[in-house]
Amino acid sequence: MKVKMLSRNPDNYVRETKLDIQRVPRNYDPTLHPFEVPREYVRALNATKLERVFAKPFLASLDGHRDGVNCLAKHPKSLATVLSGACDGEVKIWNLTERKCIRTIQAHEGFVRGICTRFCGTSFFTVGDDKTVKQWKMNGPGYGEEEEPLHTILGKTVYTGIDHHWKDPAFATCGQQVDIWDEQRTSPVSSMNWGFDSISSVKFNPIETFLLGSCASDRNIVLYDMRQATPLKKVILDMRTNTICWNPMEAFIFTAANEDYNLYTFDMRALDAPVMVHMDHVSAVLDVDYSPTGKEFVSASFDKSIRIFPVDKSQSREVYHTKRMQHVICVKWTSDSKYIMCGSDEMNIRLWKANASEKLGVLTSREKSANDYNQKLKEKFQHHPHVKRIARHRHLPKSIYSQIQEQRIMKEARRRKEMNRRKHSKPGSVPIVSERKKHVVAVVK
Amino acid sequence: METAPKPGGSVPPKKGRLPAMRKKPRRYWEEEATSPAAGPPRKKTRTLEPGPTRRKSANGPKPRNQRKPGGRKAAQRRKPEQTLSGAQDPFPGPAPARVDAARKFCRIDRSEKLPRAKRKTRSKLEAAEAQEEEASARAARSELLLAEEPGFLEGEDGEDTAKILQTDIVEAVDIASAAKHFDLNLRQFGPYRLNYSRTGRHLALGGHRGHVAALDWVTKKLMCEINVMEAVRDIQFLHSEALFAVAQNRWLYIYDNQGIELHCIRRCDRVTQLEFLPFHFLLATASETGFLTYLDVSVGKIVTALNARAGRLSVMAQNPYNAVIHLGHSNGTVSLWSPAMKEPLAKILCHRGGVRAVAVDSTGTYMATSGLDHQLKIFDLRGTFQPLSARTLPQGAGHLAFSQRGLLAAGVGDVVNIWAGQGKASPPSLEQPYLTHRLSGHVHGLQFCPFEDVLGVGHSGGITSMLVPGAAEPNFDGLENNPYRSRKQRQEWEVKALLEKVPAELICLDPRALAQVDVVTLEQQKKERIERLGYDPDAKAAFQPKPKQKGRSSTASLVKRKKKVMDQEHRDKVRQSLEQKQQQQKQEKAKPTGVRPSALDRFMH
Repeated sequence: MKVKMLSRNPDNYVRETKLDIQRVPRNYDPTLHPFEVPREYVRALNATKLERVFAKPFLASLDGHRDGVNCLAKHPKSLATVLSGACDGEVKIWNLTERKCIRTIQAHEGFVRGICTRFCGTSFFTVGDDKTVKQWKMNGPGYGEEEEPLHTILGKTVYTGIDHHWKDPAFATCGQQVDIWDEQRTSPVSSMNWGFDSISSVKFNPIETFLLGSCASDRNIVLYDMRQATPLKKVILDMRTNTICWNPMEAFIFTAANEDYNLYTFDMRALDAPVMVHMDHVSAVLDVDYSPTGKEFVSASFDKSIRIFPVDKSQSREVYHTKRMQHVICVKWTSDSKYIMCGSDEMNIRLWKANASEKLGVLTSREKSANDYNQKLKEKFQHHPHVKRIARHRHLPKSIYSQIQEQRIMKEARRRKEMNRRKHSKPGSVPIVSERKKHVVAVVK
Repeated sequence: METAPKPGGSVPPKKGRLPAMRKKPRRYWEEEATSPAAGPPRKKTRTLEPGPTRRKSANGPKPRNQRKPGGRKAAQRRKPEQTLSGAQDPFPGPAPARVDAARKFCRIDRSEKLPRAKRKTRSKLEAAEAQEEEASARAARSELLLAEEPGFLEGEDGEDTAKILQTDIVEAVDIASAAKHFDLNLRQFGPYRLNYSRTGRHLALGGHRGHVAALDWVTKKLMCEINVMEAVRDIQFLHSEALFAVAQNRWLYIYDNQGIELHCIRRCDRVTQLEFLPFHFLLATASETGFLTYLDVSVGKIVTALNARAGRLSVMAQNPYNAVIHLGHSNGTVSLWSPAMKEPLAKILCHRGGVRAVAVDSTGTYMATSGLDHQLKIFDLRGTFQPLSARTLPQGAGHLAFSQRGLLAAGVGDVVNIWAGQGKASPPSLEQPYLTHRLSGHVHGLQFCPFEDVLGVGHSGGITSMLVPGAAEPNFDGLENNPYRSRKQRQEWEVKALLEKVPAELICLDPRALAQVDVVTLEQQKKERIERLGYDPDAKAAFQPKPKQKGRSSTASLVKRKKKVMDQEHRDKVRQSLEQKQQQQKQEKAKPTGVRPSALDRFMH
């Protein structure tokens, strides 16, 4: 007979000395790992719960302004530097790592309406209610020098916004019309307008750098090409758009923050219907900024909260609020895509984590792999009702919560009315209009 | 008598090829020789592809990564890359993986398609499937790293392995294995029930007259020994070797490994059988009063008590694949229970008389039952619960147990019979026993030791530890059950296991059901949505002809155009169904009258 018994040498399975790590032989045979799916499900459930436990997004509040913060700007070269302009004409430069103000400038009389940095990071521009455009050096004045702007341009009308070209020494302002300026000159290179109304914001496209977008109070969004004398096309919406922001990864996509509580993501090539309508806010949306990855954006609203939306989802994935934060006027996503800054009415700038439950600092490789594994599990089981409920739950202030309920009732009533109207009229005479097409009034070329 | 052959000896040597194989081994930097028979030197290690499917072609080297024909992806046929020095990679492409091994790890059923999935969903599913496939291929490739080979026992020509005595085996094997065979003569307190811990390291035994002991049976170190002064019906380790439950005459008790009584559970009274579900932390107890009670040992609460309505319960087994409890009844049925349901999941009529013993194998595919009609039957648990094979034993088996590799042991009076199947996933064939052994008393308890080629038998004369070569899974997974784990490792494992305790409600016949699309709920949701909205948002809009210029937009022409489109759609449908029919017919025809497969067919692709 031939016989072989299973006989293991223990030396192959236990560590030699106490200084070694324990040996863990693996065998991936499914029969040795029963209940694979239920166990993964339980792990996913636990990971989702832990994510909510560790969701502490608020990092810091930068106080020092003496009036509401009206505008924010990122430094193009330094992650730690951020600039802010207030309603009393003061501009402050902050260091985020120390969470301190490093410089204060009394830039304008009245509001600082807009602020932007030059692409090289050596200087920045501000516009204010005093009808001036000022260029400032990023570094403070030397000992004994006075705080003076590099250049000052006196305009005829109030400027409401400013943005700098991403590559060339040119910038654009808006007010009664959109002006394109050369940095060296004191008069605009070109002025463009389409109708007569005050334009609230202008933004350069970060990829197709000659393109601009602006939004005006006559409810339209206008697109321009810097090389042409006239605007390209415009889209008219139901209500006024406050700001727009271009997607930094996809040249033709931009998102508009609208007064009707919604955000609209448009494809520049087909403006007759937005790609996606993002609806979660319960009051006017005042500002929007894209993450550098182009996958998500953050919006600031008059309802005292900021929300993070995935570009391809109509519902927000996250809402941030505090008891003390008032109407949020401006918001920025930092260039490392990890943090969000928002400036609000009650004079503070707040710093948030973009991913609420993320652990800051250096992660060990085991932490990282555990994180990745949990992420994958959450993704796999995200549609299970129990997991979904926990992942979706957010605590909201009473004002927002009751507003949501109220608006849901209103929307339902409107829908019911339309359904009844359709039921009692000639078939086809009350067409079904999709939510995306409902809000666009017209496209003009 | 020979010693054990080297691992990998399963590949039969090809006699005709031998002279060609003896060629000088080539180095990897040498040019590919013209003779294709001189295989790469790596072939001497373990071959992964089954022998007959290996390709040997006469014209030049072929990449080794070719799968069987009918593989899902087109096999990547990469030519060996030429480097600057002119050397060739002798093993181009990814390492080969055995197809049947990959199938073992495959978790997706490709035959099932989601009805009317949207394009986005479909693409997501396709990506997931591709990932899954890659994962299974990689897992299959990692089998190369497994260190141990299973044991075996082979008789010489015409020799019956059942005639081989334990003493012969003990003489033939190494000392360490020989030490695993022992007898404990405990005539005073017998008959004994026994239970191995999940790692296979520890053994708990309970004599009917009150003797309870737990020991590390490998080192023969006694952990505790007590006499509970009461009849002991059954004994069972809980999730680790630190705790065990004892079903005593009146109530259920839980002791720790020093023999200290931790709990007395009076809600479980007159318990006859115990089963522990390790991933759910549930202790299932069957009682004389006819109740099947689930006790959650992590929180100490009774989850459910189910009334089986079948009188005294004394036959119980768990299905390790889906944690369903099988109860054998005196009317010949076996009922399947889960704590989520008040009624049995299924009832199987197995025997003419009462059922004496039930066992389920580790893959959850086969169930063995024995009844008062002296029959031993094996059932297929996949789907229809049909009997696969049956055999009449002269006395009928009182106890049954499956090993990890699918061996079936039966205690018949004072004899233990063991049957083996062809491979790991095949049912044991009941024609010829693989081993038999006569004990000094009647069998009362039977369990294969996990991860060791040992069968523990409790009988009226004590405990016998039998050697059964080839019974156990040779390669354990260190993160699940590690026989060599340290105290620290055990503590860590315990915390993790408790964190991922599966809720009792999830026990059902198919444990993978949780990962499948709930089509019923999905359709219900869709119906509700359509009702709420007043229209179907996913429906395809009816064709509406566009108005045309120059007077071609008359009503008649509009209707005509509409009609044309409708007819076209109808024609498409008819054509599709016709094509389907034709294909079916073709397949049916091709089956019987196909040309005989030739050995050269594999070169045709």
